[in-house]
Amino acid sequence: MTSRQAKTLDMAHPLIPVPTPETQPYWDGCNQGILRINRCNACNDAYFPPAPICPHCSSTDVKFFDASGEATLYSYTIQQKPPDLWGTQGPRSVALVKLLEGPMLTSSIINCEQTPETLRLDMPLQATFTSFGETTVLCFEPTEEQQ
Amino acid sequence: MIPPGATAIVGAAESTEIGTVPDVSSAGLAIDAAANAMRDAGITAADIDGFTCGYFPVADMSRQLGIFPSWADNTVVGGCSWMFQLRNAIAAIHAGYCSTVLIVYGESGKSTRRLGQSGDAGQRGGIGQQFDMLHGGGQAAATFTLPVLRYQHEYGLSDEDLAAGAVSQRAWAVDVPRATLREPTSVDEVLDSPMVAWPIRRAMCCLVSDAGGALIVTSADRAADYPKPPVYVLGTGGALEGGPMSPAGVREPLRPEFIRTSGEAAFASSGITHSDVDHLMIYDAFIHTPIFGLEGLGFVDYGEGGHFIAEGHTAPGGKLPMNTSGGGLSYAHTGAYGMLCMLESIRQVRGEAANQVPDVDVALCHGWGGYWSACATLVFGANAP
Repeated sequence: MTSRQAKTLDMAHPLIPVPTPETQPYWDGCNQGILRINRCNACNDAYFPPAPICPHCSSTDVKFFDASGEATLYSYTIQQKPPDLWGTQGPRSVALVKLLEGPMLTSSIINCEQTPETLRLDMPLQATFTSFGETTVLCFEPTEEQQ
Repeated sequence: MIPPGATAIVGAAESTEIGTVPDVSSAGLAIDAAANAMRDAGITAADIDGFTCGYFPVADMSRQLGIFPSWADNTVVGGCSWMFQLRNAIAAIHAGYCSTVLIVYGESGKSTRRLGQSGDAGQRGGIGQQFDMLHGGGQAAATFTLPVLRYQHEYGLSDEDLAAGAVSQRAWAVDVPRATLREPTSVDEVLDSPMVAWPIRRAMCCLVSDAGGALIVTSADRAADYPKPPVYVLGTGGALEGGPMSPAGVREPLRPEFIRTSGEAAFASSGITHSDVDHLMIYDAFIHTPIFGLEGLGFVDYGEGGHFIAEGHTAPGGKLPMNTSGGGLSYAHTGAYGMLCMLESIRQVRGEAANQVPDVDVALCHGWGGYWSACATLVFGANAP
């Protein structure tokens, strides 16, 4: 790492994700608008977060693949005072999202009203991406049929 | 298996001041609590040969205290780290690695924003920092609480019944001089408090405080030589699941396996049953965690915990006194409440608590770590079997 890169890292907002070599393919996927997660070649399980070992069978024969981006809303809160980083004017959702492929992850539901009336448990969602400077982050939005 | 009562707590203390303690760092609170615990046990640093502190580089703190340990541990799993450390210390004593362990904790969560403290789960490039923190805004109230809405939906727990937990905890705190919030409250008042992360309101969230605490544990055969009656450790459990910054990794969020694993280990190693428990502490980082604890530990069935609390069974006069200090919601919560949680259990077994429950022979203490990634369960007793 050059000293210039190190300085950039030091100055980054602590909430901006810092990839590691092991997770870089996921972040590269985000930059391309693709949800890329891991699947184990030995047991075929899909898993998240990215890691060079399967959490189910301990095989290191794992790969990244392009997930469907389909998901459902498992649970959520609506944060009343989001950090400035989000730049939103009002409350925003923090969600547990269950991917069609199985894994659950923490995310945000965007491109819709941030209200209990709009955010219904088990509603179908699709992956979408949003940028923070040079970092592109996975979020979810209601599927097109609902928009 | 370590026999129930093989070790005992012989020194236990909080920092001299808790709540708002300006101009004292996290380390300062830890040192103050360590001094108080050594005084409580009638010993000095020279008598201690095992050491753990969690939030500080272990040699930074042992050096300041003048302790030169032959065994050390610094397990950090979030708020219940000191419960894990106690469990490890018991094993170390049983193995003969050391005889007398000091477990130290201090956190200036409010006044100096954790000056001099280490152990950050949100470190850059960590899994929690990469995949959870941005979405939760780094805010525990919006992230730790994620299972609440699902629980309400699945089990039909109303906002009113959810809020009742904060009312019973406050009812305990009214009689606790060191508690931060001592005015009685009501369901209406809890539901009128400002919204923080819907459906979570401010009165459903823990306090932000400054405090320290320390424990001294030794083998049961040495315990009689100390001034205070020993508080025996009858059994322990602990487990991890998921990651540090979100409940997303808990495989079944409404029936979490890690709670069951920890609780079953504590019951099995202590040989007690649920009806033996005279006093209960379940770490209340937010209003829902006692509900999930009651269920996962098997005190009630899944889906019944919220109603059990709302019916008043854990409140003053209830059949299962729980969080009798007022808990993280009303007593104090620094950021990591596990040590304070244990200290109330120990006060109850010693008969020293502000809200003393009569004849506490068995006290069970359950704590959490991370935004739901770790838990530990300890069973303390006034008598060794």
